[in-house]
Amino acid sequence: MTDSRAKALGGLLARQGILVAFVLFMVGFALWNPRFIGIDNVFGVIRSSAILGVMALGVTFVVIGGNLDLSVGSMMSFSAIVVLDLHENPAFGPALAIPAMFAMTMALGALIGFLVGYLKLNSLIVTLGMLSAIHGLTLAYSGGQNMDIANQQATWFGVFGRGTVAGVPIPVLMFGGLALILAVILAKTPFGRKVYAVGGNGTAATFSGIPRARVVFMTYLISSFCVATAGLIQASRTMGAQNTVGQGMELEVLAAVILGGASLLGGSGTVFKTVIGVLILGFIQNGLLLAGLQFYAQFVVTWVIIILAVWLDIAAKRGRLWSPIA
Amino acid sequence: MTDQTPALRLENIVKTFPGVRALGGVSFEVFPGEVHALMGENGAGKSTLMKVLGGIYQPEEGRIFVEEVQTVMTSPLQAKAKGVMFIHQELSLAEELSVAENVYLGELPRKSFGRVDWARLYAQTDEILDRLKVSFNARTRVGDLSIANQQMVEIARALTVEAKAVIFDEPTASLTDAEKVVLFDVISDLRADGVGIVYISHRMEEIFKITDRISVLRDGEYRGTLVTAETDEDEITQMMIGRSLDLSRNAAPVEVGEVALRVEGLSCGDLFQDVSFELRQGEVVGFYGLVGAGRTEIAETLFGLRTPSSGRIFLKDEELKISSPIEAIGHGISLVPESRKEQGLILGMNCRDNITLPQVDDMTAGPFVADGAEVAIFDQYRDRLQIKTPSWRTSVGSLSGGNQQKIVIGKWLAMRPDVLIVDEPTRGIDVGSKSEIHNLLRDLAAQGYAVMVISSEMPEVLHVSDRIIAMYHGRIMRKFGVGEVTEDSLVQAISGIGGDGQAA
Repeated sequence: MTDSRAKALGGLLARQGILVAFVLFMVGFALWNPRFIGIDNVFGVIRSSAILGVMALGVTFVVIGGNLDLSVGSMMSFSAIVVLDLHENPAFGPALAIPAMFAMTMALGALIGFLVGYLKLNSLIVTLGMLSAIHGLTLAYSGGQNMDIANQQATWFGVFGRGTVAGVPIPVLMFGGLALILAVILAKTPFGRKVYAVGGNGTAATFSGIPRARVVFMTYLISSFCVATAGLIQASRTMGAQNTVGQGMELEVLAAVILGGASLLGGSGTVFKTVIGVLILGFIQNGLLLAGLQFYAQFVVTWVIIILAVWLDIAAKRGRLWSPIA
Repeated sequence: MTDQTPALRLENIVKTFPGVRALGGVSFEVFPGEVHALMGENGAGKSTLMKVLGGIYQPEEGRIFVEEVQTVMTSPLQAKAKGVMFIHQELSLAEELSVAENVYLGELPRKSFGRVDWARLYAQTDEILDRLKVSFNARTRVGDLSIANQQMVEIARALTVEAKAVIFDEPTASLTDAEKVVLFDVISDLRADGVGIVYISHRMEEIFKITDRISVLRDGEYRGTLVTAETDEDEITQMMIGRSLDLSRNAAPVEVGEVALRVEGLSCGDLFQDVSFELRQGEVVGFYGLVGAGRTEIAETLFGLRTPSSGRIFLKDEELKISSPIEAIGHGISLVPESRKEQGLILGMNCRDNITLPQVDDMTAGPFVADGAEVAIFDQYRDRLQIKTPSWRTSVGSLSGGNQQKIVIGKWLAMRPDVLIVDEPTRGIDVGSKSEIHNLLRDLAAQGYAVMVISSEMPEVLHVSDRIIAMYHGRIMRKFGVGEVTEDSLVQAISGIGGDGQAA
């Protein structure tokens, strides 16, 4: 009896380990410091997670389609710098700067999509290379200077990062709205189904008449659209940006997607799960800050969380925590 | 035999997985010097039993004895230490290493300071290889060996310690006839040395050739043990599937209709040359030949996966250029591919979504996939093909091979094709599902489909086909009309002897 109970518990831990750990963590921190689950803090966490979250939504499509995207961090820096620069350019102004920035960012996404989808190059190598190449592009574009909006009172540009509707911050609304739209696309449309098919077994998808290259191409286009949105929020919130504003975010984004339960092998995951993953990451980092941990410790903690998530993902598949065979 | 101590004995082994009782109290023993066959359909529990024996699964109940000493198996390495060895169907060798390194993998003989004792390693390995009478030596790189010789390396592995019991899991699956003879010699040597041998195979002729007794599993239950000399194929089959099986050809006259597909002088580089044939509605045309004869490549060309170097393809007298599977599907050509798991199915996806995958673009209400319509299609083909699955939500990967194959067939029938190409319709499928799929192919022809079947199994191709096209080295050697074929002429044609003279 106790044996079967222990087994059931083990199974639950293996399957829902991340959620269980998250709940324990939340309860523990709430008992220790009630401020942690106060309305202000919760909204604060969601708001500060929105940029990461928007990027994670797009990467969810890429990962389910069986690929990786490590270029999103440096691509976000690019978007922020470009939109700020064009905003200051009298020929553009905010109304033209935004669509122009989206077009430029998505052109980069299309290039990655072409290389990975149509030329079938390894996505790890392509996007790792793009991480560096786009960083170089950003520096070349900005001449190494940080970008600032000179006259912050004279523009409505700050609305995306600083505005609220009925008390809810606009970044949170954009994150929520985009999550909803992308969730429906992924779960309910033929295109979403094809993303799962291509990531689950690309060869079988081809044999079923699914245009694999086009589907992969589209996932990168969606990812770059999300990056552009994140870059817009970032630029708007701070009305200025460094060349390195998105540096290192690719790993946090990937951590959130995996924490949510998408498999790195492709074919599984959902938008909802990614949102959960984003919130888990946000709350854990926030909790550790409240606990007085140094900000820099977060980088190590994030790594530990990624390893834990990957381990539990594998453990859930084989039904136990450790096994001599794969 | 009964007064001997069994080399290996399993007693009342029970193993359950969530919702499934994989083994329901299986007992089984093998004596020293005995070859004991373990038979059963796919899903009967043979692999689970072997995994219990190798310590990969722990049984809920039951005990394992090696020479009547109770043993708890915790890993394949530990099983080996107890004298229980496994020769797997799928080879697990490191191709870049030498034969000797593979044979002693993880247990290389050592000198001081942990240095490998190469001299001893090669000497010991060569000693074992001598026993196996093989043509290669300890220093050969494994990747350079044929599949059969690689299998010998696996066997050599089992001989490094004093084996009490050796389990052969479908060892002949990839061997030629000549190679089988060598394997059977090895087995009879082992038997003479007093090793107990468990032999798992689907192939009846082998079972009768080399085994002493036969134990049968069905649905995880032990069905009984027969003495090989006192039984026959019918009795075993009946025990395995719970009914007798009719493999004879239903000789109903074929009413063939119009030409559905015509191929003229089709070539594709070195793969196949100058292939011409017709496929009519209402008939099954079998393509028979050795592996590599170009049959699969013809199918892939017709399905738009390869570009022909010359030749013409007509569908109902309309000439087509097919450059992608999407176009082939659009023209009414469907392909049930050779490899179900790699090419046919998204294993992690559920049954319904697999079946509707090729037509998911058309199954929409507004911009969204119409769930109801999809379930209706799934229900229709589940009933028509008698697919056994708990629900459409079940992931395809958890079904048996036979049911998986039915999902692939259902997927393509749901496209209502004019031409259905089926490549190796029953590879890796148990006997019961095999005959169901054969009957299904016959039914489809009777309903007016034009069916092209590619098979490497002669009984299958003889059983399902109206006409047979024999191929050799990328060319059609001979076309057999209805009732013209004999086994001898077929064997000759696919070996390149005595065809219609088309072959060079």
